[in-house]
Amino acid sequence: MQLTGNALCYGDNVDTDVIIPARYLNTSDPKELAAHCMEDIDPNFHQKVKLGDIIAAGSNFGCGSSREHAPLAIKTAGVSCVVAKSFARIFYRNAINIGLPIIVCDGNFSDGDTLTVDLTAGTLQNKTTGENYTFPPFPEFLQKIITAGGLMNAMAGGDIA
Amino acid sequence: MPMTMTQKILAAHCGRDTLAAGYMILADTDLVLGNDITSPVAINEFQKAGCDCVFDCGKIALVMDHFTPNKDIKAAKQTKKVREFASDKGIPNYFDVGEMGVEHALLPERGMVTAGDLVIGADSHTCTYGALGAFSSGVGSTDMAAAMAYGKVWLRVPSAIQVRLTGKLQKHVSGKDVVLHLIKLIGVDGALYESLEFTGEGVAALTMDDRLCICNMAIEAGAKNGIFPVDDKTLAFLSDVGAKTPRVFAADVDAAYSRVIDIDLSTLESVVAFPHLPENGKTFDEIGDVKIDQVVVGSCTNGRISDLREAAEILKGRKVAKGVRALIIPATQKIWLQAVKEGLMEIFVDAGCAVSTPTCGPCLGGHMGILAKGERCVATTNRNFVGRMGDPQSEVYLASPAVAAASAVMGKIARPSMLKD
Ligand code: SF4
Repeated sequence: MQLTGNALCYGDNVDTDVIIPARYLNTSDPKELAAHCMEDIDPNFHQKVKLGDIIAAGSNFGCGSSREHAPLAIKTAGVSCVVAKSFARIFYRNAINIGLPIIVCDGNFSDGDTLTVDLTAGTLQNKTTGENYTFPPFPEFLQKIITAGGLMNAMAGGDIA
Repeated sequence: MPMTMTQKILAAHCGRDTLAAGYMILADTDLVLGNDITSPVAINEFQKAGCDCVFDCGKIALVMDHFTPNKDIKAAKQTKKVREFASDKGIPNYFDVGEMGVEHALLPERGMVTAGDLVIGADSHTCTYGALGAFSSGVGSTDMAAAMAYGKVWLRVPSAIQVRLTGKLQKHVSGKDVVLHLIKLIGVDGALYESLEFTGEGVAALTMDDRLCICNMAIEAGAKNGIFPVDDKTLAFLSDVGAKTPRVFAADVDAAYSRVIDIDLSTLESVVAFPHLPENGKTFDEIGDVKIDQVVVGSCTNGRISDLREAAEILKGRKVAKGVRALIIPATQKIWLQAVKEGLMEIFVDAGCAVSTPTCGPCLGGHMGILAKGERCVATTNRNFVGRMGDPQSEVYLASPAVAAASAVMGKIARPSMLKD
């Protein structure tokens, strides 16, 4: 599967409190959550994010709370993929479980760079700089969850054991 | 194959004799937890998938603690959804206003977790129960939905960092200082995807409340779980609260660890984590005059009776500084009542503190003590991220109950030895 989008860049330790502040967690409506996505780290995020954009961040992306509202808000805001040097573990599993593509890749990205990701081939191209990267495929076990279209489907279909 | 304590518990829950770090497993859960924020999302997923029955209504706990007593209409709608789900599925362990408490203080107190259990919760601080010799870890709402339906969770078997403790803590230094010190050492992603396994002769001197506080903040180092060996104190605690018969697992002596960290408890001092990461710990020789506006004593980290006793000992006969709001939030109803019986409430009110019914409240910037732009709070909670307690330009300083109480009196970040008389 291929994704192309423009990079929105952030640093290390982007936590779930800035991805979706707790003051908005009195709802689980994905659209309402998306309207406040990244608000405390980037107040203009909601205006500038375009369908297909790719978040490119540093290490430990999504640290903090277990709130699945965080990947849900990112996904609903139109982001097609998150690329980071590393992910906090609960964010990582939430993204897999709900089908938000995430990639571990230590690359050089600037705001607005056009990135093309091939999830199957494990390649990422920065079209703006011409740099190419590869990233490791998901373990087979997780691949089954992704292929099934998320955890609930995988469990119902007995795909993982 | 030698295994860590965590690996042994995981092996026992997926029917294998041995496991090694990196294996992916589907494990049986002994308890599945959710709160008023994460359960509604899990219920959506559960219903969307067409699930009808829960795997075992006795092995699910739903605790309405974050925005309760309902802070607004939206929050009321969320708890209502969970209340109706619990009643529809016949889940007895649904805890609402009047009997609820902050989930990670409530579950151990009600004997709902025992040594050797595998617990998952749609709340990142579910790692707290490692103090009882259980494997417990935070997951997301879809994980919770799958576990409610099938009683299973997928896990990647973690490697472990061994934390060897020696010595004994000094007065007014507590579990909070131990864990803030550890996070300062290894960083907020220092234990990413790993277990933190605590061992050594220093364990025996730590109270159960200290151990619960330490495991609670394992997630702040990125860890999957924190875990303590089971000793006489653990067994006495479990029997007091009427927990199920414990299953005691111990790490093999030749288990492999990715790293070993030694901490001499007797050398530790009070640590304060400065904004905006729990790894920004400073000791008092590095802290100047930092004026504050609010103090919070509470949360799943430090809202237990020993925390309230510590704060009361310092506040007794003293007054909260003018211009400082001091909030005391007992973590459960039982702790609240115990504080009344011991006369702690009178001490707090005399000192000028406000005492609240149990709630997460300000810990996550929900309600009951939100900060305005530029305000500073010393809190016994566990996170000081940007905007955690209110305005993105407010600041949270994480500290022990002793430091929080002394700071309330001084109007600036302080430890008990800085108080006059
Ligand atoms: S007290 Fe704070 S950290 Fe603990 S469960 Fe509540 S919001 Fe989370």
